[in-house]
Amino acid sequence: MLTRAAECGKHARMASIAVDRTTTPRIAAVHGGRRVLLVVCGIAAFWGLWEAYRWIGESLGITWPFAVNAVNMPHIHDMLHALTLPLQPGGPPLIHYEWHWALFTAKEALLGFVLGAAIGFGLAVFLAHSRILRRGLLPYIIVSQTVPILAVAPMVVVGLGQKGVEPWIAVSVIAAYLTFFPVAMNTLRGLLSPDRRDLELMRSYAADRRSVLWKLRVPASLPFVFSALKISATACVIGAIIGETPASIQDGLGGAIVNFNQYYSTGPERLWATNIVCAVLGFAFFGVIVLAEKLVLRRAPEHIA
Amino acid sequence: MNDRPAVSITGLTKQFKAGVTALTGIDLEVQPREFVSLIGPSGCGKSTMLRIIGDLIEPSAGTVEVNGKTAHRARLDHDYGIVFQEAVLYDWRTVSKNIALPLELLRWSKEKRQQRVNELLGLVELEGFEDHHPWQLSGGMQQRVAIARALSFDPALLLMDEPFGALDEMTRERMNLELLRIWEASGSTIVFVTHSIPEAVFLSTRVVVMSARPGRVSAIVDVDLPYPRTARTREEPRFFELVTEVRERLAGGEVAA
Repeated sequence: MLTRAAECGKHARMASIAVDRTTTPRIAAVHGGRRVLLVVCGIAAFWGLWEAYRWIGESLGITWPFAVNAVNMPHIHDMLHALTLPLQPGGPPLIHYEWHWALFTAKEALLGFVLGAAIGFGLAVFLAHSRILRRGLLPYIIVSQTVPILAVAPMVVVGLGQKGVEPWIAVSVIAAYLTFFPVAMNTLRGLLSPDRRDLELMRSYAADRRSVLWKLRVPASLPFVFSALKISATACVIGAIIGETPASIQDGLGGAIVNFNQYYSTGPERLWATNIVCAVLGFAFFGVIVLAEKLVLRRAPEHIA
Repeated sequence: MNDRPAVSITGLTKQFKAGVTALTGIDLEVQPREFVSLIGPSGCGKSTMLRIIGDLIEPSAGTVEVNGKTAHRARLDHDYGIVFQEAVLYDWRTVSKNIALPLELLRWSKEKRQQRVNELLGLVELEGFEDHHPWQLSGGMQQRVAIARALSFDPALLLMDEPFGALDEMTRERMNLELLRIWEASGSTIVFVTHSIPEAVFLSTRVVVMSARPGRVSAIVDVDLPYPRTARTREEPRFFELVTEVRERLAGGEVAA
């Protein structure tokens, strides 16, 4: 039917049809370099805008929406400089404390993230198996997120405290409360994403529910799961910071923010510096998820959310 | 070795909930090693019939037996492999792993799976693409992966639902040749749904002509073209006669003697 030569020709043709999207290390390096450059340019542009607005605002005496002065808008270099100054005379620089606060908050956020992601995922698997359960339980899950976290946090801290749970773990529970929702919602959508054909194929193999779950639904849900984890990665850090305030925890970034807020008029740079540290922490969490996604998902580019 | 019919359908009727009668009074027997095409206008229920044979949907009345068992039992026993119009490959799996999916579900060992996948890659001529992902392949290549997957556990029966419908004419004709080669090599029975008359005639031992609303078998045309069929078969006068016969049966007219 087909001669060997014709077959070889056909293979060559097919190889050219197949779009090869595996990038070489060199191209990857160029892309990586371009991305770093973009981030640096972005930061520089933000810095420039901030300082330009402050300079113009001060020269023109702008008072709306807020008065532009050293208290409301400290120089960014002053914020960074504040990190190097000692918190107390003769003591270690602020960055030393920030580092320890950040580690403490990171610990809370990480536990919260893991707890929340696990609960969210489990809940989604549970809900994916029954329309009745979805109808019955989804409204309550949504309502749980409409309750302000500031109202829930003290109850959780006090309630768990009475049971002898350490305060930082109670804070993790609050972080988990913010984490589980996007994970549950997106995972559920992902688990339900296989279409009729995908399911018919499994049915033709007489696959049981467990196989359908692990070989079809869960892999199909992963792009959705990762986009949820990206949201949750930053949300859990916020949850941990907010959770620290009613718990009166002094060892984390939340405690530091409350503290520096009280001394804002005399040293606004410290609060701003702490905000920067919070942002860096959130970004680090986000970055870890992006890396994990790259390692786990091998998929058509348009399918990566 | 096995003289029971591969597929035996008696008095099959299918009504959907909306009151639409998709199929009515279907009787059909397919012998082992046959290549039977179901052809008919859209809405004649040919895909529905294929799904009923595969126990993917249930008939409203009548019996369907596959290899002498109920269609349900046959599905549980992995008696058939199915190929849809779309390849339905799982994006997160490589070509090899897509082909091995049914074997994983059948709990074959890793070595056995690997060995079988290598055989199949040769059969569908996809050596060198085993680590590609579906989105890196052309439509024809994806469909060949789907065929390899359907053949992987060596089912006696292959159900194909317009598998080449989404391909261009050139690719389709090449896939037809390859399918015949695979059919002869694997020794399986094929029930093939298509809406292309030349495709049905070229491939099949018998063409089942169906009419719509409600779906019925209006004629069965025996294709007496000798195998192996080649590109030249399409140029033979007998091929044209048979294409004409099927076309006239589809139109509902009597065939001019």
